[in-house]
Amino acid sequence: MTARYVVRFGSLGYLAVILIAPVVLIFWRAFDQGLGTFWDAISNPDAVHALKLTLEVALVAVPLNTIFGVLCGIAIVRHRIPGMGFVNAVVDLPMALSPVVVGLSLYLLYANDGWFGSWLNEHGFRILFAYPGILLATLFVSLPFVVREVVPVLREIGTEQEEAAATLGAGAFTIFRRITLPAIQWAVVYGVVLTMARALGEFGAVAIVSGGLAGRTQTMTQYVQSAYENGANETAAYAASVVLATIAILTLVAMTFIGRRED
Amino acid sequence: MAITARSITKRFGDFLALDDVSIDVESGSLTALLGPSGSGKSTLLRVIAGLEVADAGDVFISGKEATALAPQKRGVGFVFQHYAPFKHMTVWENVAFGLTIRHRPKDEIRGRVDELLALVQLGGLGKRYPAQLSGGQRQRMALARALAPEPEVLLLDEPFGALDARVRVELRQWLLRLHDEMHVTTIFVTHDQEEALELSDSIVVMNRGRVEQVAPPRQLYDEPANEFVMSFVGPVNKLDDAWVRPHDVELRHDPNGTTREAQVERIVRLGFETRIELVRDDGERLYAQLTRNEAEELEIERGDIVYVRARKEKTFG
Amino acid sequence: MPNPGVQSARRRALGAPGLSSGIALGYLSVVVLIPLAALVVKGTSGGWHHFWQVAWNPEAKAALELTLGLALAVVAINAVTGTALAWTLVRDSFPGKRFANALIDLPFALPTIVAGLTLLALYGPKSAVHVNAAFTRWGVLMALLFVTLPFVVRTVQPVLIELDREMEEAAASLGAGRLTIFRRIVFPHLLPALLSGIALAFARAIGEFGAVILIAGNLPFKTEVAPLYVFQRLNSGDTEGAAALAVLLLVISLVVLLGIGGLRRYATRHDR
Repeated sequence: MTARYVVRFGSLGYLAVILIAPVVLIFWRAFDQGLGTFWDAISNPDAVHALKLTLEVALVAVPLNTIFGVLCGIAIVRHRIPGMGFVNAVVDLPMALSPVVVGLSLYLLYANDGWFGSWLNEHGFRILFAYPGILLATLFVSLPFVVREVVPVLREIGTEQEEAAATLGAGAFTIFRRITLPAIQWAVVYGVVLTMARALGEFGAVAIVSGGLAGRTQTMTQYVQSAYENGANETAAYAASVVLATIAILTLVAMTFIGRRED
Repeated sequence: MAITARSITKRFGDFLALDDVSIDVESGSLTALLGPSGSGKSTLLRVIAGLEVADAGDVFISGKEATALAPQKRGVGFVFQHYAPFKHMTVWENVAFGLTIRHRPKDEIRGRVDELLALVQLGGLGKRYPAQLSGGQRQRMALARALAPEPEVLLLDEPFGALDARVRVELRQWLLRLHDEMHVTTIFVTHDQEEALELSDSIVVMNRGRVEQVAPPRQLYDEPANEFVMSFVGPVNKLDDAWVRPHDVELRHDPNGTTREAQVERIVRLGFETRIELVRDDGERLYAQLTRNEAEELEIERGDIVYVRARKEKTFG
Repeated sequence: MPNPGVQSARRRALGAPGLSSGIALGYLSVVVLIPLAALVVKGTSGGWHHFWQVAWNPEAKAALELTLGLALAVVAINAVTGTALAWTLVRDSFPGKRFANALIDLPFALPTIVAGLTLLALYGPKSAVHVNAAFTRWGVLMALLFVTLPFVVRTVQPVLIELDREMEEAAASLGAGRLTIFRRIVFPHLLPALLSGIALAFARAIGEFGAVILIAGNLPFKTEVAPLYVFQRLNSGDTEGAAALAVLLLVISLVVLLGIGGLRRYATRHDR
C-alpha cells in the first residue's frame, strides 16, 4: 500500500518541481511589475514585429508540412516501393538532431560559398538572414509531425474500405477525397497542432540562419533571448515568454481534446 | 460464360498462391470456391475482382477481356469478410455510394437505395452509422452496397465468417433467396463445406493453389476425385486403402463373412445423430454415424463386440 | 507469361504511387537531405586527418565529454522517474490525473528558450527559491531534465495501458509477490519501450540548445555543452570548427536513430 503512495507522490513531486514551478514563475515575473508594464513590454514595436514574423513563417510552414505529411504518409504505408523504408527513417531525423546542426547545415548550404547559396546570392535571392532562411529552418524542424500521426492510422484502417470504394467504381482521387481523407482527418489535425507548436517555438536553428536583427529578422523566440541578454529588459523577456507559454498551453489543451476525438 | 479465369498464376514473394488455375462460371449461377486456409481461394476471387494482379493468365468477364482493367471498370460487386463499411458515412450513404459517385439523379438514387434497404431488411436504419449495427446487419448493408450499381457479377469473400453460428445460418438462407430473386452471377469463398454444399450450384475445391475438382454438390460428395476432396467435403474413415463415410459404416450383431470384428469404445449422442466410436480387431479406429432411431434399434452399449463392414467405399489409385 | 499492362491498371486504381512518392522524396531532399549532405561534405572536406585535428581540440573534446556525461546522467534519472510517472498515470487514480497527464507534454509544446528563461528564473541569480545554479553544471542538468521529461513517460505509457493484466493475475495465482511480478512479468514488457524512450531522451539531451543557453553561461570547459560550442565557434567565424563538431553530433544522432529502429524490430520479434 505505501509503495503506491511513494511512487505517486514521488513522481508527481518530481513533475511539480521540474515542470510546474518554472512555468508558474514565468507568469509571476511577467506580471510582477503590474499589468501596465506588461502591456508596454508586449506592445513595443520590436516585439510586435517579432510576433508577426513568427506567425508569417508558421502560416506557410504548417500547410506545406501538412500536405507533405499526408502525401508522405500515404506513400509510406500504401505504396510498397523500395525507397520507402529510407524515407520513413529520414522523416524521423529532425526529431533526433540538434537545432544547431540543422541551422549550421542550412547555413553551409546557402552561404555565399554554398552549393545553392553561390547561385542564389548571385541572382539576388537572399536566403540567409532573411525570411526564406527562417522558413527553411522551420520546415526542417517541424517536418515529422503530420507524417508520424498519419502513418499509424493509415496502417490501422487497412486497405479494405479503399478497395470497396474501388469495386464500387470510385477513381483514385475520389477514393482519396471521400474515403482516405475522412479516415485520417483527426490524425492530421493533431499533427497540425504539433507542427504549429514546433514552428512557433523553434529557436536554435533559426538563431543561426536569421541573424536576429531586431525589427527585421527576429522571431519571437529570438526576441525573448535578446530582451533578456542585451536589453536587460527582463520584463519584456518574461512578457514575450508569457505569450509563447500561453500558446503552448492552448496547444496542450487542443492536444488533449483532439487526442480524445481520435479514440 | 459469365466469368472465365484462364491459367492464373500468382506469387507473393516466395509463396505460390495460385498455380495455373482455370475456372469457368456460368451466368446466373451461385458458385462456391471451397478450400482450407492458404488454398488460394481468396486470392483467386481478388484476381477476378481486379484487387490483385496475376503474374500470368487472363480473366474474362461477360465475354470481354478484363485482365488489364482496374477494379472500377470491371462491373463487379465485392463483399468483404469484415464488411469494410465506410465508417464515417451513414448506412444510407454507404449503400448509395456507388450511385453517388456516378452522379446519378437524386431521385433515382433515393429510389434504388430505399428499395435495396427494404430488400435486405434494413429499412428504417438508413440514418444509423455502421458502428451502431450488429454484425449481421452490417453484412446485409455491405451486400446492398455492392448490389446498388447493378454489377454483372457478385463476389463474396468469406461473407459469413465473422458472424455467430446462428446468424450465419440465417444469412445463408437469406443469400439463397436473394440469389433466386436477383439472378446475379455469384461467386463466394468459404472454408465451410456445409455452407458450400448448401448454397451452391457448383463447387470449385481448391488446395494449395490448385483446383482439385469442380462439380455440383451431390457429385462432389458422392464422387470425389481424390482423397483431399473426399476428406475435405465430409467426414471420412480411412481403413487400409479405402475411404469410408461414417454413415456408410454398417453395424451388425452377428458376422456375415464380409464383416470384421470391432469393439465399441464410446457412444456419443448428438441429438438427432449418434456417433459410435469403434476399435477394429486389428487396432484400426473408425466411427460410424447412425440416426438416433437406428442406434436405438441396435441396442448396443459401450464395450460390446459388433461386426462392421463398409456399405460403400472409395479407393484412389 | 507476365502481364505488364495490368500493373499500370492497378496503379491507376489505387493512386499513382510514383507521383506521391516522388513528391515526398523531392521535398525531403530539399528540406532535409541536401542541407545535411552539405554539412557532411563541407565538414569533412579537409580529409580524415584534418577533420580529427579540427574536431579534437581540447575545448571541443571537453564540450563533447560534458555533453555525453550530462546526457547519460539525465537518461538514468529519466529511466526511473519516467517509468514511475507512467505507472502513476496509468495504474493510479487521483484528482487532477487528466491535468497531470496533459502537462507531461508541456516540454514538447513550450519553446526551448522560454523553458530556459523559466529555469533561470527558478534556479538563477534572482531565484525565487534562493538557489543559484546559473553557470554551473547543475543548472544545465535541470534544463535537460525539463526538456527530456516527456520521452520515457510517453513511450512507456502505451505499453502499460496495453499490458494484459491477466498475465499479472496468473503470476499472482502462482504465488508471485508484487515486486516479483513487476520484475519478471511487467518490466520485460516495458524494457523495449523504456530503451526507446531513453534513446530519444538521449538524442534530445545531446542536442539541446535553447533551454541551456541562458542558464549555462557558456563557460568553456565548465558548462559549454557541444551545441553551445558549435554556436560559439560559428559566431567567432570558425565555420570549420563548428562544422566538425556538428558532424560528430549528426553521427551520434544517426546512431541513436538506428538503435531505436533496431530496438523496435527486436521488441516486436515475438509478434512476427
